[in-house]
Amino acid sequence: MAKNTKPRPGENMRLIEALQYKLPPAGWVSILHRVSGALMLLFLPLLVWLLDVSLGGEVSYERFSNAFVAGIGFVPAFLLKLVVLALIWSYLHHFIAGVRHLWMDVSHTFTAHTGRITALATLGVSGVLTVVLGAKLFGWY
Amino acid sequence: MSDNYGSKRLVVGAHYGLRDWLSQRVTAVVMAVYTVLLVVQLLFGGKLGYERWSAIFSQQWMRFATFVVIASLAVHAWVGARDIWMDYVKSVGLRLALQVLTIVWLVGCAGWAVQVLWRL
Repeated sequence: MAKNTKPRPGENMRLIEALQYKLPPAGWVSILHRVSGALMLLFLPLLVWLLDVSLGGEVSYERFSNAFVAGIGFVPAFLLKLVVLALIWSYLHHFIAGVRHLWMDVSHTFTAHTGRITALATLGVSGVLTVVLGAKLFGWY
Repeated sequence: MSDNYGSKRLVVGAHYGLRDWLSQRVTAVVMAVYTVLLVVQLLFGGKLGYERWSAIFSQQWMRFATFVVIASLAVHAWVGARDIWMDYVKSVGLRLALQVLTIVWLVGCAGWAVQVLWRL
């Protein structure tokens, strides 16, 4: 690390230093909670559009299903599925991390140990469920 | 506030912190319960196609619940997005612009979703 990038006391970390910082599992859950929330906010119009076409009648529903097979407009099906997969993970992670958050708020019984275990469980369960639902999305079963 | 003077005068903060913190958690619970209700309906009831999918959302209680969730999501996402802008965007002008954009984004999406819900 170059000398002039070292933070002085009381100074914020620069992004490049923050990225090199080794996070504990709870730290990963925390930053991913933020990232997943931001992702869902960014793609909120896509979600409303999916709700719109899926509930717009038989013909519209066909268009909805077909978007995942043949693509829609300039968006190929693969890209749509990839974005939806990212949103599935975002929802799962945000949901589980959120429940963990609420649990911490009401119980006050978390220790460093339970914090670590539940953080790993959050990352694990959301990851596994994303793979299961993603495989369904990509038509593997 | 009658005692907001002298040494007790409040000199820092806008004092919406607790209200926002609490509303984010209450809306989270509302959305979590709704998620469970929706997933249960999706898992049980046979093959999922247009018939069953639209039937779920044409029940009056589901419209009621979905509308509450749309409103909850807007409040929840607003608090979250505002936290992000406050943490990372130092320029007051840019932050205000991003906050306005967030509100426009959320209100627009919420209106659209409500229209989808009651068009059926």
